[in-house]
Amino acid sequence: MLRALLLTLSVVSIAHAELCKPDAQNAFKVRISIKTALGDNAYAWDANEEYLFKAMVAFAMRRYSSKSTTQISNVLLCNVTDRVSFWFVVTDSSKNVTTVPGSEVEAAIRMNRNRINNAFLLSDKTLQFLKITSTLSPPVEPSTPVWLIVFGVVLCLIVAGIVFLIVSGIQKHKKKNKESTEREDLEEKVEVTLENGIPCEALDLKAGHINGVFAADDDRFTSL
Amino acid sequence: LSAAPEIPKEDGRPKWDNKFQYILSCIGFAVGLGNVWRFPYLCQIHGGGAFLIPYFIALLFEGIPLLHLELALGQCLRKGSIGAWNTISPYLGGVGVGSWVVSVLVSLYYNTVLTWVMWYFINSFQEPLPWSVCPLNENRTGFNEECYESTAVNYFWYRKTLNITPDIAESGTLQWWLILCLATCWAIVYLCTIRGIETTGKAIYVTAIFPYLVLTIFLIQGLTLPGASDGLIYLFTPNLNTLKNPRVWLDAATQIFFSLSLAFGGLIAFASYNPTKNDCEKDAVTVAIVNSMTSLYASIPVFSVLGFKATTAYWDCLDRNIISIINEFDLPEESIMRQNYTSWISFLNSSYPEKIAGLKLKSCDLQEFLDQSVSGTGLAFIVFTQAIILMPGSQAWAILFFIMLFSLGLSSMFGNIEGVFTPLLELQILPKSTPKELLSGIICLISFLIALCFTLGSGSYWIDIFDRYAGSVPLLVIAFFEVIGVAYIYKIKRFSKDVEWMTGRKLNLYWHITWRFVSPLLLLTVFMAFVTLQMQKPPSYTAWNPKYEGFPMKEEKVYPPWVQAICVLLAALPCMCVPLVALFHLVKQKHRSKDPGFVPPEVFSCQGANS
Repeated sequence: MLRALLLTLSVVSIAHAELCKPDAQNAFKVRISIKTALGDNAYAWDANEEYLFKAMVAFAMRRYSSKSTTQISNVLLCNVTDRVSFWFVVTDSSKNVTTVPGSEVEAAIRMNRNRINNAFLLSDKTLQFLKITSTLSPPVEPSTPVWLIVFGVVLCLIVAGIVFLIVSGIQKHKKKNKESTEREDLEEKVEVTLENGIPCEALDLKAGHINGVFAADDDRFTSL
Repeated sequence: LSAAPEIPKEDGRPKWDNKFQYILSCIGFAVGLGNVWRFPYLCQIHGGGAFLIPYFIALLFEGIPLLHLELALGQCLRKGSIGAWNTISPYLGGVGVGSWVVSVLVSLYYNTVLTWVMWYFINSFQEPLPWSVCPLNENRTGFNEECYESTAVNYFWYRKTLNITPDIAESGTLQWWLILCLATCWAIVYLCTIRGIETTGKAIYVTAIFPYLVLTIFLIQGLTLPGASDGLIYLFTPNLNTLKNPRVWLDAATQIFFSLSLAFGGLIAFASYNPTKNDCEKDAVTVAIVNSMTSLYASIPVFSVLGFKATTAYWDCLDRNIISIINEFDLPEESIMRQNYTSWISFLNSSYPEKIAGLKLKSCDLQEFLDQSVSGTGLAFIVFTQAIILMPGSQAWAILFFIMLFSLGLSSMFGNIEGVFTPLLELQILPKSTPKELLSGIICLISFLIALCFTLGSGSYWIDIFDRYAGSVPLLVIAFFEVIGVAYIYKIKRFSKDVEWMTGRKLNLYWHITWRFVSPLLLLTVFMAFVTLQMQKPPSYTAWNPKYEGFPMKEEKVYPPWVQAICVLLAALPCMCVPLVALFHLVKQKHRSKDPGFVPPEVFSCQGANS
């Protein structure tokens, strides 16, 4: 009984070793950079993490093909290095000792990439499936480009400034014109009655103009 | 009799609100984009600190004398460039006309450079900055090819901003976003110069002082960046061997000349609004020294940032190599750090040479990254924008940087526009009753329409041409005739008496020597050397061609003959004004001397008109 068990186990492990090795058919290499992604919060890669990985791949396969036949034991990991990198294959439990075609695995992983990344707190760059490319998300584009808004604001300010300056210039011009016409009118009025620069109203044409400077000293002069 | 009120000798000429406004306007005119993106570059390629020696010699014997000459001339004659030179001698009127033509040509293309600055400014409000990421290609499998092969920063500049054509002969189409920005820039210029110095005098307080604030902020930030010290040491380490190369002396002479904005007529216009009893000698020395100090001050943050950029590029190079090695040999992460990279490489090279060779690692050399020198628009729009992405809070830095560049350029534009505006105002091409606002509006509108050519796909190639040909050789010629005209036609004795009357002290021997002999000789030598150097090889340019094999390197092309003809025309047109106007007056004189009632115009004297 024991011998039969041992024999089956060894056969299975040899078979597994056959299926999962670097560059095997339908095998994928995975490269994980935990320290780059998490820095001080990095966790160590151990057997528990490997178990989680197998579980995630099995989950992806189940979701993709929607037949619940893939088990965690179907996912084989090998050649784990210190990097951390390893190879994995998914075996087909219905057919003996064969692997699921690579295209199916790829499609399944692609579909569930986000879930797998989040399970490990990693991203597309730090959890790399070397033969599986990721679709890039487009950058967020607002409906009106931001620069147009800023441009509108700047232009409005400038136009307001120009209009203000022109209007104030016109007003100043009008005021100057009004002042100069007022002054001209005043001069015209006065001109009519100017005699030697002195308005005629101040002149006493008969008695002559009294010079205030000398008038005050009237009493100093001897009377004629 | 009543005494009339005291009327001050008013000739109706606008004047500065105060002396500080005038000095600030001159400094703003002199300090421009070249102080930030040409002087540090020249320092870098010409042996660092050693470049300061030819620079200060050129300042002493060429810059300051010419500056003093122009300021004294404008202040004494109280007219713009055309009027001033006509007054000195009608035969020299061409010098003024030449200055005016150069001012027009330079105003056209200078404002287009400001358009680019404005475009980057309004794009700096986005998160993330648009020049930091490459756009995706059509089927979203990867990045846009042109962007991926060069860099995101290059792509944004050449494609998204200029939409440049691969050849100058291909004009491409008008870029509508550049037209909008160009209209805005000319609107800003109109807003500030609408009433001549009345309005520019107010605007200059902001546009001349603000760049210094931003430079200080960048200085503090720049010095805290990693790698800043490498950049500064690299910049300032003097390499005295470079002084043996005559090219260095030529570059120093031309740099000081163009940096002070001499021979544009703008300085004459500014000085003409001064009261005549003003110490122009002290003003000239002040402006020249402030301009040079600003160049030095600006090169510190520029080189801190460049050092930072080189260090980051070096670290990126190392990191990429480290990742390749770790992936290839499946070593644990962080086993190879930047510090022990070289020891690891030597160890691995000895044990697994083929594997290392197969990785095709790039050799990372910090010196090589520091050596990548750029000047001009490349420095601002490619190198600096890339460095800004790497700084924390990039948007704020980008906004500050581009406002600073805009203020620097705008204050220089004021001088250029004054050089165009003042002579036109004096020539009275419009009837006297028309307001100044109309004349400045017409100037700005016509310039905007002509400058639309620079918004074509090939626009930046044309701006390079204008910069190289219209803004270089004619200025040397005009300045030469300025010095000769004042020293030998107006006669130095008369001029020194005028200056003495204005400043109140006797003219120093230094001015006599430089104005009479040293400056004209220096200008002549510089002009000959400059022209000889240009003639040595056919004029060529580098084009951005995505289909070129060496892409992303730029393709070196020769100008087609019709473009070369335009280059010659641009350089020759202002210079031709000098002999043409002299000839015109000679002919007019001959006709008039035949007229018996002819009286020669009386000799003008600076003091005579004002005493």
